[in-house]
Amino acid sequence: MKRFVPFPLLSLALFVMWVLLTGFSPGHVVLGAAVALLVSRVMLLLKPEPATIRFCPAMLKLSWLVLVDIIRSNIAVARIILFRPKNRRSDFIYLPVQLTSPYALAVLGIIITATPGTLWVQHDPQSKVILIHVLDLVDQDAWITLIQNRYEKLLMEIFE
Amino acid sequence: MMQAPDLPLWAAIIVGFLVLFGSALTLLGTIGLVRLKTFYDRVHAPTLGSTLGTGAILLASMICFSVLQSRPIIHEVLIAVFLTITTPVTLILLARAALYRDRTEGRGNVPADSMEKKQHRD
Repeated sequence: MKRFVPFPLLSLALFVMWVLLTGFSPGHVVLGAAVALLVSRVMLLLKPEPATIRFCPAMLKLSWLVLVDIIRSNIAVARIILFRPKNRRSDFIYLPVQLTSPYALAVLGIIITATPGTLWVQHDPQSKVILIHVLDLVDQDAWITLIQNRYEKLLMEIFE
Repeated sequence: MMQAPDLPLWAAIIVGFLVLFGSALTLLGTIGLVRLKTFYDRVHAPTLGSTLGTGAILLASMICFSVLQSRPIIHEVLIAVFLTITTPVTLILLARAALYRDRTEGRGNVPADSMEKKQHRD
């Protein structure tokens, strides 16, 4: 099985993408399956680090949290742009993380950057510190504990 | 297949609201590019358009065409997925370029490159 489908998740994603884009005609389902199986083999050349992804309720919980946070911070940032509060302070914070899996870190980077108001700037794998820029920084420690408790724990469950 | 004017009233109201909301939010993000003062602040503004702004417009598109063709149309989800995983790459790259420039030119109010010094030593 592993020999024929080296990256089952990637193949599945490609197949779903192909079928969604072309509509559900039988010909395209077959063609999409062929593309998914063949094209995903290209990844073999890149020799990616094997990922351990656990399918667990944490995934749904994380998606829900991210969705809620994106909506909330959209409103917060829209308010900042419209009303330009005088006492707003934006600054960089150092965030210590325990995650080591590059995939988990990539997901955390996407979450932090896709959420308006926070921006992932730099990661240092040696000291395990992430540099984040926050648009409306009120309490630095509150941000650190928020990200650690809200996202990092769930990412640990999924990836490590 | 029905055309856009055939959209029932309830769907037209929802779709209209979502499109207006999404484009207003995207516009607000671009206004933020002008109104915010520093580069690092400005990077935050366009994320409004790439997250909830796009989300609302895509949802409107899904509802509109699902109602018109009386079957679920969900390939807009792909746009959301690709946008979500690619926009951060651009934003992080921009922020890192700015940070690198500010550090080498010794401009104030950016954190010292303690991280980079450490990397050079290794």
